[in-house]
Amino acid sequence: MNQKKSKFLISCMIFGYAFLYVPIFLLILYSFNYSPLLPVWGGFSTRWYSRLLESPEVWDATLLSLKIAFISATVATVFGTLAGLALARVGQFRGKTVFTGMISAPLVMPEVITGLSLLLFFITLWQLTGWPQQRGMFTITIAHITFAMAYVAVIIQSRLAGTNRALEEAAMDLGAKPLRVLTDITIPMLAPGMMAGWLLAFTLSLDDLIIASFVSGPGSTTLPMMIYSRIRLGLKPDINALATILIVSVAIGVFIAGWIMLRQQKQRALLANE
Amino acid sequence: MNVQASSDGESQVDYTHSPWLDPSATPFIQIKNINKQFGAFTAVNDVSLDIYKGELFALLGGSGCGKTTLLRMLAGFETPTSGSIIIDGVDMNGIPPYERPVNMMFQSYALFPHMSVHKNIAYGLKREGVAKAERTQRTNEILEMVELEEFAKRKPHQLSGGQRQRVALARALIKRPKVLLLDEPLAALDKRLREQTQFELMNIQEKLGITFVVVTHDQEEAMTLATRIAVMDKGDFEQIGTPAQIYENPRSRFIASFIGSANLLDCAVTKRDGDFYSVSQPGVDQPIVVEYDGELAVGANVTLAVRPEKIHVEKRSVANSSVAQGSNQLNGVVKEMAYLGRLSTYHIVTDSGVLIEVTSPNQSRYRDGNHPIDWDDEVTISFAPQSAVLLTE
Amino acid sequence: MAASDQLTGPWYARITGAIHRNLTSLIVGIPFFWLLLFFLVPFFIVLKLSFAESIIASPPFTSLLDWSKGGFPEIAINTENYLYLIEDDLYTKTFLNSLKIASICTIICLLIGYPMAYGIVRTQGTWRYIFLLLIILPFWTSFLLRVYAWMGILADQGTVNDILLYLGLIDKPIKLLYKPIAVYIGIVYTYLPFMILPLYANMEKLDSSLREAAMDLGANPVSTFFTVTLPMTLPGIIAGSLLVFIPATGEFVVPDLLGGGNVLMIGRLLSSEFNANHDWPVASAIAVVLLIVLVVPMMLYHKVQAAEASN
Repeated sequence: MNQKKSKFLISCMIFGYAFLYVPIFLLILYSFNYSPLLPVWGGFSTRWYSRLLESPEVWDATLLSLKIAFISATVATVFGTLAGLALARVGQFRGKTVFTGMISAPLVMPEVITGLSLLLFFITLWQLTGWPQQRGMFTITIAHITFAMAYVAVIIQSRLAGTNRALEEAAMDLGAKPLRVLTDITIPMLAPGMMAGWLLAFTLSLDDLIIASFVSGPGSTTLPMMIYSRIRLGLKPDINALATILIVSVAIGVFIAGWIMLRQQKQRALLANE
Repeated sequence: MNVQASSDGESQVDYTHSPWLDPSATPFIQIKNINKQFGAFTAVNDVSLDIYKGELFALLGGSGCGKTTLLRMLAGFETPTSGSIIIDGVDMNGIPPYERPVNMMFQSYALFPHMSVHKNIAYGLKREGVAKAERTQRTNEILEMVELEEFAKRKPHQLSGGQRQRVALARALIKRPKVLLLDEPLAALDKRLREQTQFELMNIQEKLGITFVVVTHDQEEAMTLATRIAVMDKGDFEQIGTPAQIYENPRSRFIASFIGSANLLDCAVTKRDGDFYSVSQPGVDQPIVVEYDGELAVGANVTLAVRPEKIHVEKRSVANSSVAQGSNQLNGVVKEMAYLGRLSTYHIVTDSGVLIEVTSPNQSRYRDGNHPIDWDDEVTISFAPQSAVLLTE
Repeated sequence: MAASDQLTGPWYARITGAIHRNLTSLIVGIPFFWLLLFFLVPFFIVLKLSFAESIIASPPFTSLLDWSKGGFPEIAINTENYLYLIEDDLYTKTFLNSLKIASICTIICLLIGYPMAYGIVRTQGTWRYIFLLLIILPFWTSFLLRVYAWMGILADQGTVNDILLYLGLIDKPIKLLYKPIAVYIGIVYTYLPFMILPLYANMEKLDSSLREAAMDLGANPVSTFFTVTLPMTLPGIIAGSLLVFIPATGEFVVPDLLGGGNVLMIGRLLSSEFNANHDWPVASAIAVVLLIVLVVPMMLYHKVQAAEASN
């Protein structure tokens, strides 16, 4: 490639990464602004952090969100793994087309539709059976399991497509019954994928605003719902502080995970060259 | 097969090394009219085969010929569309892979990446419910046999290709299966290691007396290893026999050209004299005499097959001296030659315009680098009537 | 597990036996049942409700199945909600505006994302990995907070106006927030990684010798790009574009926070019909129409993914 093209590519990349990251840096910067009038710089301060951490509302919402995210990610990983196995390992079965459609649809479905349909479902269910009497943590968890399991299923399916089927056949050949094959071979093989799926499901649940807003009830406010109700009316410096905490912890997590994966890759490359 | 004269004067035949010739022997594996369809595609087309105890049987064929599908049906990974498989008198129909008395060595070895060598090998015993002490002992024994004792704690990715192959073999043998299935057992090894491992495999098979069924696409490997070979093409058996039978008496044009190489000439029978047939190519006067023990009518179309190494080649100037009496003789010119070290290959165009491939061992050392037979040399080629075969298929 | 197998009682054996026999049905059945109940059935309820009549009550709609007339349910189909969507040009306008915004944002994402993905693929070693992580990172951070970041930048006293005032290019703040431009920026910003990742995945698999072969045969860099690279990356372009276009069409948060009600988008309209006007049947009808509009790109995406998977 000639030099001109490279310069063009480099400037595109600089622009692109600046576009992605400058807003985040500004967001973090303003969290240390003394002035309550957000865009106006009034000197360095950490007072928004202390105000944030003193607010019981924030703690309640965070705790609720974490609880929902933990439960829904765990259940979604189990169901999503089963769904991925069904897609990649079970041959033809009745309704496979419907099943495949139901797995891939939530990935691209506008959240307003998912939220609306689940709310109407819960109301109908309540009319018919008297349950669930109150919407809240339980209904949000169900909703999150439903859309997060689709993501897990896709991850598991692609992992399975890339793995050697002969491993499972070898175990069977050596006398392992199907359930044994699953627990001895398939699940250990899928462990990294399930871990990635769990983390993704956890994050998706923690981030979701729209679906949770539809299916939640009075008294159950998740963290995104709380953030949304505050920033709708304008800029709030304590939200900048919250954003900083969340973004920095996620960034550290992603980079540690990335570093570990890179090291493993290099080790494997080294072994392969031996 | 050894024919021995016994004391009472009747000749007794020892079938130890060729049980398939013994009329009283019962086959160990019976494949009866097996058919396998994948949708509209026929992978295995109504084949039958008997394999005897202690045999090292090779299924040989190109990719997509159905050999692997047949092996997988023996292992239980595929269900035949029709027909039955009987192993040691038990019909395998409906018996899942984990309950069959067979084990398989996979082409990719399929070693469990998250288990150590020891755990990989002991896995089959563990599933069988063998107690821990016995498990360890048997695993150590087999590790010793494949000379991998010091690698027991390693993970598969820390082993070389040859070591992985031996772990896979040990893992498949530890349950002492009635039949060991090997899917391209040597394909992943480099050439030198492959040749060495072939003999190791044969030694182990002889020592344990387990019946081996090997799938391979490599005809040399099949010929080295196997007691008998079934050559497959398009889901069918083309020919079943010992390596020598298949090489020397190919049943069809396909076999003659698939196993080794052969000059194939379309001919018609012109004359018969007992077992000696004269055949000639259309438009070519000079007949070729071939000994053939079948019945052919004069005028019948046949294919003459003669292997390149069975043809003798000499420079015209020195010819006529060493050519045996009764041999077929043809004159021609060398169009191409390739010096391969231990032998040379020549492409010779005969006076009647037919291209014949001849290989000839380089018995003397050509120190000046000049080949005794070279491009554009006029040569005489000859072969005995017994060296060629006539094919009707 | 020989020891534990011997220790287990018959009840345990019976349960594991049942699991063994029905393993496949369990693997398929559990997720199938869940999705049927919580994904497919809810859709039929939306569909049903879109044909119901709006009433002032709780819940604010009539039941489609009327059991009052003897044993046979009578289905009261009411197409009024759909007619209402057609008659009131607010809805048509909003739909068209959503599609326009989503299309323009998709094109902008492609224009920014394509050279970025190409640049990442052309980078070697650890840096390539870091660049990729920086694209993935936004996936894991809150979408809401990243939109919020732009509220500070685009506000009247925000960063952009500050810079422009400082440079003397303007003498009083220009209005950016709660204008269409803010919505465009917000959508491009949130969905750019969705464009880059499929493009990267596609370009990574691209054999660099193809490009070299084209150059060897006399193509210059520009014609190499248009005759080899661009056609080969088409699956990535389609996948990325659909991943931006589909969710952008139904977007709610960005028009709500950055558009402030001045920019009409269908996701926001649906939400306000539902939450503010309590017109559930009309909201359901909007959802059904939105789904019908998006079903073609969704199926296209599904097809592209299946084709990629089978490669």
